[in-house]
Amino acid sequence: MNASSPEAGRPSLGARLEIARLDKVSKLFGSFAALRQVSLSLEPGRCYVLLGENGAGKSTLLRVLAGLLRPTHGKVTVFGATQPHEARARIGYMSHAPMLYDELTAQENLRYFASLYPGRPCLTPAEALRQVGLDPALNRLFGQYSQGMRQRTSLARVLLSVPELLLLDEPFSNMDVESARQMVALLAGFRQSDRTIVLTTHQREHAAPIADFFITLHAGRVASFDPGTLQSRPGQVPAELGRPTP
Amino acid sequence: MTRALFTHLAKDLRIEWRTLDAMISMIFFSGLVVVLFSIAFDPRGAFSQQIAGGVLSVATMFASVTALNQAWAREIRHQVMDAQRMVPSPGAELYLAKTVANFLFVSIVQIILAPFFFVFYNLHIAGQAWQLALVLPLGTWALVANGVFFAALSIGSRNREFLLSLILFPIFIPALLAMVQATGYILTGDGDPALWIKMLLGYDIIFTTASLLLFDVIFHAE
Repeated sequence: MNASSPEAGRPSLGARLEIARLDKVSKLFGSFAALRQVSLSLEPGRCYVLLGENGAGKSTLLRVLAGLLRPTHGKVTVFGATQPHEARARIGYMSHAPMLYDELTAQENLRYFASLYPGRPCLTPAEALRQVGLDPALNRLFGQYSQGMRQRTSLARVLLSVPELLLLDEPFSNMDVESARQMVALLAGFRQSDRTIVLTTHQREHAAPIADFFITLHAGRVASFDPGTLQSRPGQVPAELGRPTP
Repeated sequence: MTRALFTHLAKDLRIEWRTLDAMISMIFFSGLVVVLFSIAFDPRGAFSQQIAGGVLSVATMFASVTALNQAWAREIRHQVMDAQRMVPSPGAELYLAKTVANFLFVSIVQIILAPFFFVFYNLHIAGQAWQLALVLPLGTWALVANGVFFAALSIGSRNREFLLSLILFPIFIPALLAMVQATGYILTGDGDPALWIKMLLGYDIIFTTASLLLFDVIFHAE
């Protein structure tokens, strides 16, 4: 990722392909600027960790990349498309909220969403649930799940369509240390299969093992842009973080 | 188109089957309206034949609004709608499935309500009874197709429940008028409801088509 804000001291990545680009993107809600002149370029197989205090613009940036928000100024290109609907099927977006129905079981929820991707090879609900460490045979309604299980099921929904770009908003919130470690291992596998991850977190230490870059946002601007653990050890993912996701 | 449509529909029917949220509120509400009107007016007089169509339509309308106000509640609660916006299948299918589901809910309530309605108002059908089987579904569809659309339109509003009634009722007036007149003619046998039935049909086609065409715009609005 290149952050072309003047204050960002950014490492050069050479002439790699890019899957998404933001050119001087600003997003205003009334008179409040959630994003100000943000320019970024995302490359395949990288993990970008967005840091910053509440209200810094992390979630807005993810929603702009997901095509759920249109920038007020600037241009967003994802997978070469400037119209969000053209790239939507290739993006997996997970927000703070679980984005699933309380009144259905996890399997029913996932089956429902899987069938909304016509023509795209999806994981089966059971496969997606197993990937996130949940028992597919569990026949409880989603509304009765614990917070950690809800978070994992939400991730399973995102993984269903085997997206090439994963946008995860606070994926480690409400998770115990062990669950967070498992999720990091899962994401490491994803990253190794040349998929791109952009995640926001307040818990830098959780994301550190898979981070290529840390981007700190402040008041809607890119305040700093630092290489992460994997840029210090190029091409390597810690062995303890598991295998690539098929 | 059809696969996603049935997927959405099956999901809505399954959830309603488990919770009965919409059905219970509609049955109680419409039952109350019918009982209160039967107390307010003398249900034994010939007058009851004339107002029965209006009472049935109003009972259906108010009961439907209680369900329509909740039509998108589950999608809003956990931002499910964002996940639905991210899938490649068109939003029009979601709208159509939601409309069909709510149409079925209201129709079931009407079927449950009908016997009580005839008993309370001492009704007998002087016209051709089969025409009621056209008028009620057409009128219900008119209400529900608009209701689901405007409920989605008012999602972002703080006073969305109030806003839905405010937008829906004026737009529904032509269909309400046709429904009341046609039902009145069928019950009393005093005239031919064909013109009103055609008007209902035309109304349904126009508003359903417009909603289908416009739904993606409001569905993907911020």
